[in-house]
Amino acid sequence: MSEDRSIADSLLAAQAFAQSPHAFGGIVLRGAGPVRDRLLAQMLPALEPRMPVVRVPVSADAEQMLGGLDLTQTLATGRAAHRPGLIERARGGVAIVSMAERTDRGIAALLAQSIDRGDCAVILLDDGLDADEAPLATLLERAAFHCDFSRCRTLDFEWAEEWQNAKRARPLLKGQREALALTAAALGIHSVRPVLMAESYARGIAGVRGLGKAGEPELEAAIRLVLAPRATQRPEMEPPEPPEPPPPDGAPDTAIDQGEEEQQSQDLPLEDLLLAAAAASIPDHILDGIDKGLTRPKGGSGGQSGNRESSSRRGRPLGARPGIPGDGRKLALIDTLRAAAPWQAIRRENAGDSNTAGQSLYIRKSDLRIRHFEQRQESLTIFAVDASGSSAMARLAEAKGAVELMLAQAHVKRSQVALIAFRHSGAEILLPPTRSLTRARRALSGLPGGGGTPLAAGLLEARLMADASGKRGQTPMIALLTDGKANVTLDGEPDRARAMAEAENAAKGIAAAGHHAVVIDISPRPREEAAALAEALRGKYLALPYAGSAAMVEAIESVAESVSA
Amino acid sequence: MWGRAGGPEQAQRLTAPARMIQRQPMSVFPFSAIVGQQEMKQALLIAATDARIGGVMIFGDRGTGKSTAARALAATLPPITAVEGCRYNCAPEDRGSCPDCCSSKRVRKVPVPFVDLPLGSTEDRVLGTLDLEKALSAGEKHFEPGLLAKAHRGFLYIDEINLLEDHVVDLLLDVAASGENLVERDGLSVRHKARFVLIGSGNPEEGELRPQLLDRFGLSVEVRTPDTIAERVEIMRRCDAQERGPKKFAAKWKADDAKVLRQIDRAKKALPKVKVPAKILKSAAELSQAVGADGLRGELTLMRGARALAALEGAPSVTVDHLKSIAPLALRHRLRRDVLDETGSTVRIEMALAEMFG
Repeated sequence: MSEDRSIADSLLAAQAFAQSPHAFGGIVLRGAGPVRDRLLAQMLPALEPRMPVVRVPVSADAEQMLGGLDLTQTLATGRAAHRPGLIERARGGVAIVSMAERTDRGIAALLAQSIDRGDCAVILLDDGLDADEAPLATLLERAAFHCDFSRCRTLDFEWAEEWQNAKRARPLLKGQREALALTAAALGIHSVRPVLMAESYARGIAGVRGLGKAGEPELEAAIRLVLAPRATQRPEMEPPEPPEPPPPDGAPDTAIDQGEEEQQSQDLPLEDLLLAAAAASIPDHILDGIDKGLTRPKGGSGGQSGNRESSSRRGRPLGARPGIPGDGRKLALIDTLRAAAPWQAIRRENAGDSNTAGQSLYIRKSDLRIRHFEQRQESLTIFAVDASGSSAMARLAEAKGAVELMLAQAHVKRSQVALIAFRHSGAEILLPPTRSLTRARRALSGLPGGGGTPLAAGLLEARLMADASGKRGQTPMIALLTDGKANVTLDGEPDRARAMAEAENAAKGIAAAGHHAVVIDISPRPREEAAALAEALRGKYLALPYAGSAAMVEAIESVAESVSA
Repeated sequence: MWGRAGGPEQAQRLTAPARMIQRQPMSVFPFSAIVGQQEMKQALLIAATDARIGGVMIFGDRGTGKSTAARALAATLPPITAVEGCRYNCAPEDRGSCPDCCSSKRVRKVPVPFVDLPLGSTEDRVLGTLDLEKALSAGEKHFEPGLLAKAHRGFLYIDEINLLEDHVVDLLLDVAASGENLVERDGLSVRHKARFVLIGSGNPEEGELRPQLLDRFGLSVEVRTPDTIAERVEIMRRCDAQERGPKKFAAKWKADDAKVLRQIDRAKKALPKVKVPAKILKSAAELSQAVGADGLRGELTLMRGARALAALEGAPSVTVDHLKSIAPLALRHRLRRDVLDETGSTVRIEMALAEMFG
C-alpha cells in the first residue's frame, strides 16, 4: 500500500471517528512518532468542545478507573467523599489510552464494558513494535479502525471538517453485504463486529463524498481500515464458498428492507475486487504474525495471569494488610480508615476530656495498613526440539508427548510453554508462549520431521524467545531435546565442523545471558556431543535413551525445581 | 453522600458497584432476533426454566453474540416485583430477610437484574464490604452490598471468565451453588440471598479454566462463528434495522419474544410434573460412565437438563431424544482431558451416543 494512501486513509478514519466516536467504539493509532502526534493534535480540538476527553495512564488501577474516596475531603469532614473514576469521567466522551499495548487485562475489561454500553469510545495509542506487541484483543475487537503510522514519513496532511455535517449514506445492498461478509470470511475474521463496523464506515464515507449510497471505493476503504488489520490468515483469491441465497432462520423482516434490495444481483466481480483490495492492504506486522504462526485472534497478550508473588514494594496492588509504613512500604490510607472507622464513636467518647477533643478522626497504630503488591513470577518452558532426520521420528513423538504433559501441568501451575523446532535449514516457532491446550495441540499435530540439524539456529531462536520473556518478567527455561550433532550452519550450508562451532557459540551465549537450560539427549546411544553442549550451556545433561514422555517431564521438572530453589 | 461532595450528576446515592451497572444499554437486541446459535439459546432457555441447573459456560470467539444473547434473555423476562428501596431485590414474600431488614409495604417492578462482572473485580466489589461512610460518621458497622446482591434474582454475566482470578471464580461458583452470600470480613458477619443464573464466557485459546471450576458449571455451549455468508448478511441486516429504528425493530420481534416468554412460563409450571422414566435415568448414568465424566454432577445435570428441555417442548415425560440433545451440553466440559488424545469432547460424546442408541 502506498504511503500516501495509508495516511489519507488514516486521516479519513480519524475524522470518521471524531464525528461519531461511539458508533465506532474506538481507533487504534499504532506507531509512536511525530505523525501520530500531529494527527492527535488535530483530532482533539474536534472532540474536546463536544465531549469529555480523559487520558488513561498505563499505571491506572481499578480504583482510578472506578473512582474511590477523595482523601482530602474525607479527612477534612470525617465523611466519606467520593472522587469520580476515569470511567465515570469519560462517560459520553473519549478515553485516550497511552501505551495501549501494555494495558492490564482488568483495566481493558472495564474499558470494554464501558464501550459496550455505549458510554465511551477509546483512542488506543499503541507503541508496539513487534507483531506480538499489540493491545489486548478485548480492546482491538471493539475499536473499528486500526491505523498504522510506523511507516509514515509525511507530516503533510490537514484535518478537514467535512465529516461534521455529512449525512450517512443509505444502507448497503444485499450484494455488497455479501461481499463484505465473504471478504471477512476469507481473511479469517470470526467476529461479526468488524463487518458491522465496516458497513457503518462505508456509509459514512459515502456520505462525506456526497453520495447517496456507498460504492466500490467506499467498500474498499472500509476493508483497508476495518477488516484487513484484523486478518488472521492470508486470503485465498478464490472465495471458498459461494453465497447461499435465502437467510437461514425464522421470519426475515422483509418489510423494512424490501425497498433497498431492488434488483441487485449476485455481484461476483465485486467480491473479487474487494478481496484483492484486502489482500493488498494487510499491514506488515499482521502478515508477519500470520507467518510466524501467531494464529490466535489478533491481539497482544498484555498482562497475562500466572503465578504471582506478593511483595510489599512493587507490582500490582493486591490489597492491604496490617503493618507499619516505611522502609519502602506504603501506607494504604483507605484501608487504614476502614480499619479505624468502627471505633470512632468509642474513641471519641474516651477522648472526650483530653486535649485532643474536637479532632475528627482517631487513628491508632493498630489501624495502620500497608499496601501489598503482587509481582508476576511466571515461568516459561521453551522446548527446542531437534526434528531432524537424525533424531528418529519416534523420539519426536515422545518429545511432543512431553510438551503436552508439561502443558497439562501448566494448567494447575499456570505457567507457560512454547515450542521451537529446528530441522532442514532453520528453526521455526511452532508454538509461541501459551497456556492453551487447544492451541498447543494444534501446533504439535503439525510438527514435521526430517532433514539436517541446524542446531545453532534452534539455539538462537530459543535465546531470542527467552530474552523476550525475561523482559516480560517471566523466568524462562530452555529444554533442548537433541542428539547434539549439528550439521547445518546458520546460513543453511551443510558443514558439520562449522555447524558444531556455531552451536557451541550460541550455547555459550545463552549461558552468558543467564538463562537456565537443560539438554535431553534423545539419541538412541548417547554420545559426548550432547553432553558437551550441556556444558557449553552450563546446564544439566540428561541422557534418556529409552525414556518415555512421562520420564522426560519428570526430569525437566526436577531440574526446574533445583533451579528455582 | 456524593451529592454533597461532587458534581450535579452525582445527586443519586449509589454504591461503587452500582454505578458500574446502573445504565442498561440503550436498546437491547430482542432475544428471538438473534440469528442462529441454537445451542446457546437452548442452554439459556433451560437455565431460565430451571435455575438449579447451575450456570452456563459459553466457549467461543469474540463478537459471536454471547453477551448479546444473555442480555437479551434477561430483558425479555418479565419484570420482577421487589420491596421498594431494598438493595437486595427482596421479593415481597421475603420482606425483611436481607441485612437491610427492608420493611416498606410498597413494592416496585424492576427489570430482571443483569450484572456484567468486569474482569478486574476484587472480592470487595463482588461480595460487598463495610459501608465506610456510616462507619466514619456514626461509628456503626453497616454492610455495603456488592455485585452479588445486585444480581439476586437475575443474571450474572462474566466475560472472559477464564482470565478472572481463580479465587474470585471459586467464590462466585460457591455462591451460585448455595444461593446465599456469606460474608465474614471487616468485622462483619452478614448473610443474604444471592440466587442468580451464572453465565460465563471465554475463549479456550486464551487460557483455560481449571477443570475443577468447569465441572461446577451446569451446561456448556460451544458458540460457532456464523459460517454461512447468508447468516452473516442476515446479522448485518438485522443489526442495521435495529440501529435505524430500535422501537420499530423491537415491536417487530415482540410477538416472538412473547412466545419465548410464554414457553418459559409454561415450562416452569410443567417442570415438577414432567416424568423421568427409570429407563432414562439408567441411560443417563450409563452415558456418563461411557464418556468418563467424573463425579455425579454430570448425570444429575443430564437428568435436570433433559427434564427442563421436555418441559420447554411441552412433552409429558423425558424421552431418549431429549437426553441425546442435552448430552453434549451437560457433559462436554466434564470429560477428563487426555492431552494425547486429539478427539474433541463433543465428538467423544457423539460417539458414545451413537454406540448406545444407534
